[in-house]
Amino acid sequence: MANQDFGITRRSFIAGSGLLIAIALAPRALKAAQTGVPAGGGQELVPINTFVKIGADDTVTILSKHLEMGQGPFTGLATLVAEEMDADWSQMRAVHAPADNDLYANLAYGIQGTGGSTSIANSYDQIRSAGATARAMLIAAAAEEWQVPASEITIEKGRIRHSATGRESGFGAFADKAARQTPPAEPRLKRPEEFVLIGTDLPKLDTRSKIDGTAVFTIDVMPDKTLVAVVAHPDHFGATVKSFDDGEARKVQGVVDVRQVPSGVAVYADDTFAAIKGRDLLHVEWDLSKAETRSSEEIAADYVRRFSEAGIVATDEGNVDEAFDMAGVQTVEAEIIFPFLAHAPMEPLDAVFVKASDGSLDIYTGAQFPAMDREVAAEVLGMQQSQVRLNTQLTGGAFGRKAQFGSPYMQEAASVYAAIGSQRPLKHMWTREDDIRGGYYRPMYAHKMRGAINRNGEITGWDQVIVGQSIMGKVDLDDTSVEGASNLPYAIPNIKVTSHNVELAVPPLWWRSVGHTHTGFAVETFVDELLSKVGRDPVEGRLALLAGKPRHTGVLRRAAEMADWGATVPEGRARGIAVVESFHTFVAQVVEVSVDPEGIPRVHKVWCAVDCGLAINPNVIKAQMEGGIGYGLGAVLFDAVTLGTGGKVVQSNFHDYRSIRINEMPEVVVEIIKSSQRPTGVGEPGLPPIGPAVANAWRSLTGTPVRQLPIVNIVAT
Amino acid sequence: MVTFVLNGQERTFDGDPDTPLLWVIRDFEKLTGTKYGCGIAQCGACTVHLDGIPHRSCVTPVSMIDGSDVVTIEGVTGLEAEAIKAAWAAIDVPQCGYCQSGQIMSAVALLQMVSKPTDDDIDSAMTGNICRCATYHRIRAAIHAAANSIGG
Repeated sequence: MANQDFGITRRSFIAGSGLLIAIALAPRALKAAQTGVPAGGGQELVPINTFVKIGADDTVTILSKHLEMGQGPFTGLATLVAEEMDADWSQMRAVHAPADNDLYANLAYGIQGTGGSTSIANSYDQIRSAGATARAMLIAAAAEEWQVPASEITIEKGRIRHSATGRESGFGAFADKAARQTPPAEPRLKRPEEFVLIGTDLPKLDTRSKIDGTAVFTIDVMPDKTLVAVVAHPDHFGATVKSFDDGEARKVQGVVDVRQVPSGVAVYADDTFAAIKGRDLLHVEWDLSKAETRSSEEIAADYVRRFSEAGIVATDEGNVDEAFDMAGVQTVEAEIIFPFLAHAPMEPLDAVFVKASDGSLDIYTGAQFPAMDREVAAEVLGMQQSQVRLNTQLTGGAFGRKAQFGSPYMQEAASVYAAIGSQRPLKHMWTREDDIRGGYYRPMYAHKMRGAINRNGEITGWDQVIVGQSIMGKVDLDDTSVEGASNLPYAIPNIKVTSHNVELAVPPLWWRSVGHTHTGFAVETFVDELLSKVGRDPVEGRLALLAGKPRHTGVLRRAAEMADWGATVPEGRARGIAVVESFHTFVAQVVEVSVDPEGIPRVHKVWCAVDCGLAINPNVIKAQMEGGIGYGLGAVLFDAVTLGTGGKVVQSNFHDYRSIRINEMPEVVVEIIKSSQRPTGVGEPGLPPIGPAVANAWRSLTGTPVRQLPIVNIVAT
Repeated sequence: MVTFVLNGQERTFDGDPDTPLLWVIRDFEKLTGTKYGCGIAQCGACTVHLDGIPHRSCVTPVSMIDGSDVVTIEGVTGLEAEAIKAAWAAIDVPQCGYCQSGQIMSAVALLQMVSKPTDDDIDSAMTGNICRCATYHRIRAAIHAAANSIGG
C-alpha cells in the first residue's frame, strides 16, 4: 500500500446535494430518519462537500466512509477534518456515509470498504483536503459577507474572525453561503508542525452514546410491525434442505410463517423469542451428499501430507537445499497446526429491511462493504440499485466478519425478506449459535518449518511450507496465505517459502490481521527457537538479524527497554518477545507469563511498542493495541472451531467457544514511537505479536514449544 | 399476565410467559440499550438489575419476574451509576460499545455492594461480561476511578 496513490480526485469534492444521511437511528426517530433528518434534532445540515456538513448550531458533521465498529474511524476521520477546518473538537459529530463506491471508495481498494487497517492510511490526504476545502469556503463566504479580503480572515477553535473590523462568527451562520462558493482547486494542507489536534488525545465521538444505551446498532432498528426472522442452518458445511416439518413451529404464539430459503428454513415471527422458539421446534432433514464430512483432525492429517508435495513458490532466495546439505549443518524442524477461528463479534450478523411508501427500500446493517451489500440485495430482490438505500449502522464488532466479497450474508438476509413477500419491515438476525457454526472462519493452516544452523552457529537456511485454504479463492499464490512469511524480515541468506491452496466446503474469511494470525506465530516462535539453539538472546539475536530494518528494530528496542528486558523476573515467571510488521505498522510486544493453577499460561503484563507513522489519536492507537492483544490472546489460549467426526461443528456458543474475560486480561502498557512517516493502521497490527510472545515465554518457562493452537488443548492432552 | 416495574414505571406483559425478560424489554418495551449476545447467560450483554441484583435477562423468563423491580441502562441512576458513567467517559472505555450497557450494569451493581472494590472483587463481579474488543483493561481502571471519585 505504501506505493499506492492516495491522491484525491476533483470528482470526490462535488458537493453532495441531496445526499442521504445514513445515521445511527434511535427507534422512535426512525420515521424522521427515513426522510433524511438526523436523529435527536430537526435541524438541517448543509453539505459543504462529500465529507463535511455544517449545522446552524455550528456543529460539523463528517460523513465517515468507513464503518465504525469500535476501531475509531469516526474519531480519527473527524480529527483530520477538524484539524484542517480549525474547528473546536466539541463541534465535531460523525455519521456513516451512504453506500457509494465512487464517492466513498477506500482509495486503497477502489471500492467502498473498511478493512486491512486502511481507514486512516487511505484517508489521510483526502479527508484533510475535505476539511481544508470547507475551511476555504467558509472564509470565502465570510469575506463576501463582511466585504473584507479573505486573507485577513482567521479561524481558530471554530470561530471565524476579522480582527481589523472586530467581526466574529461561528460556522453555522455561513454554512449556506459557504456551500455556494467555488471549492479551491488545491486547498492548502497544514504542515505537521502546524497541527493542533492531530497527535492529541481527543475523546472519542461515539463514547457517550455507548455509555447511556442510546447508541443504535442494527439490532436496535425496529419500526412498528417489524417481523423478526431467524433461519435454521445445517450443522454440516455444504448441506442443503432435503425436507422439513414445520407443524410444531407454526403453533408457537407469534410465529407468522415458515419458508424454505436457499440457506435453510426461515421462521418469521412477531417478536424475536417467538422466532427462535419456532426454529427450535422445526424438524429439518438435511441432504449431506455435498457436505464436508471430514473432521478437523482428518483435515489436519491431509494438510500434513501435503508438506512433501511441490507447492507454489512464494519466496526463493539463495539456495535452501544447499544450505541444509552443507556438512556439519544442524537442522531444526517444527510442524504447527492452526485451528478454524470464528470472529464472534458481540453483535451477530443482522439486517433490517423497511419498504418506503414509494416502493423504494431502506436496508439497515453494519457493513464493511456497504455498496457491495446494496448491489447484492438489489439483485436478490429484483430491484434497481437506485431504489435501495443501504444505511450503515454502528456495529457491535466485526473483526473482518462483516466484509465478504459477494456478500453471502446479505444474500441470505435479502432472500429471507424476498421469500415472505410481506409489506411489513423485517429484521433478519443470526443467533450466537448461527455465528459460531456459520463458517467464514479464519481457515485452518499447517506450517512446516525447517531451519539450518551451520558449524559457526549461524542461521543459514529457512524453509517454510504453508498449507491451508486460499481466502481469496485463488488457484495460484494467495498473498494472504503467506504475508508475513514471504517477506521474512530476518537476514537469513537462504530462504524458501511455499504454499499449498486447499479446497474445503468450509467457507474461509479474513479474521483480524488476516495472514499474520498464523504467519506471525510461525515465524516468531520458530526464529525464537533457532536463536535459543544458537545461544542467542531473543532480543539481541533478532536485532542482529534485522540490520537495515530500522522500524522493526525501533519497536523491538523500545519494547525491550519498557520491560527492562534482561532484568530478573519473579520466580515462576518467564518473558517472551515478538515483533511483527503488518499492514505497514510495526509492533513489538514483551509478555510476562506464569503457569496458572489449571496448567495454562497466565499472562501478567504486556509491554507494547508500536510504530504506525504519524500518530493521529494516541488514545485510539493505544485502545487498538490493548484490544488487539486481548482478542489475539483469547484466541491463542482458548479458541478453536472444530469439526467433529462426520464433519459436524462441535462448538456452538460462548460456553465452548471461549472469549478472554476480565480476569484473564493482562495489564497492558503501550508506547507509540514518534514518527513523521505517513500514518498507517492500528486495528489489526496489535494482534500478531501476542500469540508468539506468549508461546516463546511458555517455551522458556516449561521447555515445551507450542506446536498446536489453542494452547489450552496442548495442556489438556 | 405479568406485572413488574421497569425503570420506575409499572408495566404488564400478557404474551408467552416463557419469553425471556431480554426480549420483553427490547421487543415489547422498545428499550434497546440492553443487548442480546448469546442467549445462554455466558456473555452478560443483557445484564439488568432485578430487585437491585445484576441478572442475565436472556435466561430470565418473564413469568419469574412478576412483582419485581427491573432497571435497565436507560433507567439506572444514583451516585454509583453517575460515577461509573463519568469514569467510563473519562477513560474512553467503549470500542464497538455493544457489550457496554451490560458491563456498566454489572459495574454499578458492584459499586453499590462494595464501595472500594479490589482487583479480585472486580474479577468476580465482571467475569460474566464478555467484551470481544477486550476493553477489560480500561473497565478495570474505570471501576477503580469511579470508586475513588465517590467519597475520596
